[in-house]
Amino acid sequence: MRVQLDATMCDGYGRCAEFAPDVFVLDDWGYGSPVAAGEVPPGSEDAARLAAAECPVKAILIHEARDAARTRG
Amino acid sequence: MSAPGLRIAGWPTAGRLTGPGWNEWEGLASYRAVGGYGPGRDGAALIDAVRSAGLLGRGGAGFPAWRKWSSVAARPAPRCVVANGEEGEPASVKDRYLLRHRPHLVLDGLMRATAAVGATRSIVYLSDTAAERSVRRALLELGDRGEHVGIVRVDPGYVAGEETAVVRVIDGGLPLPLAKPPRPFESGVAGRPTLIANVETLACVPAIAMGGSAADSFLCTISGACSAPGLFELPYGVTLGEAVEELAGGLLDQPTGILAGGFFGGIHPPSLLAVPLSHHELRAAGAGLGCGAFVVLGERDRPVDAAAEVMSYFASQNARQCGPCVKGTAAMRDVLLALSVGRGTPGDVERLDRWSRTLPGRGACATLDGAAGLVRSLLDGFGSELERLLAPQGADRDASVFDQEHPARRFFADLDDGGIIDACTA
Repeated sequence: MRVQLDATMCDGYGRCAEFAPDVFVLDDWGYGSPVAAGEVPPGSEDAARLAAAECPVKAILIHEARDAARTRG
Repeated sequence: MSAPGLRIAGWPTAGRLTGPGWNEWEGLASYRAVGGYGPGRDGAALIDAVRSAGLLGRGGAGFPAWRKWSSVAARPAPRCVVANGEEGEPASVKDRYLLRHRPHLVLDGLMRATAAVGATRSIVYLSDTAAERSVRRALLELGDRGEHVGIVRVDPGYVAGEETAVVRVIDGGLPLPLAKPPRPFESGVAGRPTLIANVETLACVPAIAMGGSAADSFLCTISGACSAPGLFELPYGVTLGEAVEELAGGLLDQPTGILAGGFFGGIHPPSLLAVPLSHHELRAAGAGLGCGAFVVLGERDRPVDAAAEVMSYFASQNARQCGPCVKGTAAMRDVLLALSVGRGTPGDVERLDRWSRTLPGRGACATLDGAAGLVRSLLDGFGSELERLLAPQGADRDASVFDQEHPARRFFADLDDGGIIDACTA
């Protein structure tokens, strides 16, 4: 699974790093950033889905698997 | 009206792209007289010729042109081709030169590209009003042949020529980049697979179609501390130092640094003058060819001041869309200005180092990458100078020496210092 963060939408709520700390970190200004180029470590898939669902501005895209349809959480 | 104080010249072994002077306009008859719009390769054969000519995109990234063409041609019709002439890099003049003075060369390339990828719509995208008048007059000369070509004019802006911003404007939106994917070759103008090609890239196409020649020269804008700044056509592999000596009148004084690739390729020690000009060699040197624009910093231009000014430009000209770019460019500007006036701290240098490593890739377009790269290059090339500037050793200068209203204006290549020349109506 891979996550993508639309930087034009992110407003720095920081929920992603709260729900999925293995998948997102926050920068000096509180904006989220995927770690490991967005590759979700095994076992953190549900946390990544939750982060996408809980993002107030829907800035997180989940790529479930290669060639699967993209969904905006 | 006088011509801009910029020289136009070609290296002795190059000279396909430059020609008319600032007061001249190449009309249809002149362009036909040098073989323009003549029969040549088309369709898949033209894409193959573009490939074997080694044509690299001239907008900045240096991506092989044939790959973009094939990606669009392989996708379902209807397709679209855009000639991108919105020259956002302030230190570059080449795209405006081509559109203002050699519009038929660009249109010939655009029409051949449109046919080769099987597109039904062609658009010239630009911001310069003199360029627009030139292209309109050229299309009038073409009559029916030019009927399918449209012109879209946008207000000038650093990010207005970014490919997703181009699509957005043509579709009626704001001149601001979008997150990728999708890229325009997948879904561009009106959702169609769209080839967005820099106007210089297209200007190389007629010679490739008609003669099968190699795309071995490029346009380069050289300004700053040289005797005859200008627009020059150079073969790849010539060094910047050779170009300055041969064509730009030589160095004015002892150079202190080089701004490379427009504002995008970072700031480098004068040793960059000895590096052969190609995407590969410049990348290996930590710089970039970008759109082929270079500013030579002279004796009185301190690299840290130049970096602070260019960062101020990024901080004021970014799209204001992505938080890391808005905050990151402003923070890097503040720290560079502090260093520049002698009020920087060792912590400031550490922060710059961290930002230069963590900010690339964080924006929807490449502006933040350029800003972070500028800092990286300053740290790599001028680290000991920065140490000397730290407070309290550094001189405590007045920050008002910086023009915050028009940052980095002195590094702009001014095309219109004599007033806009309408060569096409002269």
